[in-house]
Amino acid sequence: MSIPDSEETLTTAPVILDPQHWVANHADYLFSYAITRINEEEQAQDLVQETFLAALQRIHKFEGRSSERTWLTAILKNKVIDVYRKKSSGLGKNITSLDTEQQDQDFFDPYDGHWKKSHCPEPFGIDTNDPLMNKELKSILQKCIQKLPALWLSVFTMKHMDEESTELICEELRVTPSNFWVIIHRAKLNLRACLQKNWI
Amino acid sequence: MIYNCRKATFLIEKKQLTVLTLREKIELRIHLSGCSFCRLFQKQSIGINKMVYELFHQAVNREIRLDDDYKKKLQERIEEQLDKN
Repeated sequence: MSIPDSEETLTTAPVILDPQHWVANHADYLFSYAITRINEEEQAQDLVQETFLAALQRIHKFEGRSSERTWLTAILKNKVIDVYRKKSSGLGKNITSLDTEQQDQDFFDPYDGHWKKSHCPEPFGIDTNDPLMNKELKSILQKCIQKLPALWLSVFTMKHMDEESTELICEELRVTPSNFWVIIHRAKLNLRACLQKNWI
Repeated sequence: MIYNCRKATFLIEKKQLTVLTLREKIELRIHLSGCSFCRLFQKQSIGINKMVYELFHQAVNREIRLDDDYKKKLQERIEEQLDKN
């Protein structure tokens, strides 16, 4: 086997897969990717395993144009979306009820659409730059996120963590664009209220 | 009356993820100029988005690690599969 000259390796050398070292090189990364999106340890572990096994079967399809980690992460990402889809499909029937503004009545007066006195936003520690406070606030936020209904959580995480396009999210989760915006709005109203309630 | 808080908070969310129409922009601006609650909501909403972003992009540095036993098993399974091929 000839060794290509160094210039060539820098520019054109295709990435070569090294499945022997996948676990050592990528398992922790993939696990942390999964756990932040799924938040169930066992399921996240399973997804990492499934990702490696699926990758092994597709090893001949790898074109070497992305790094090994990027390729593995892409496979995992699709598996995460599958989980979201399964979790939220049971809620399909409830989507229509999102069209009514009923659930907003928690926050807004049904007649004039203004904030209800009991739900008005109040200042809380979100705008301080105290790193310690920030850390605590983030851990509350994480808990608040996990309280969202499955479909909202899926929409919210896909949008905010992976910055997926609205079209892709709507298609994958079978949500209409107008429901997408309703969900984004409701999710934030709830998150903000949850933070205000649980802070201090 | 279209300039209400429900609509304004909806537009605040939309604005952070996409471009508002001119009409929406004007509606929101008029509402915010007269509503301190929604101005506060906007500030907090932007703050939440920032925290969410940081939460998930720092996750890798938070030293979340997979269980060592599980890794060992994974390694074995991969080698098993490699032998088959």
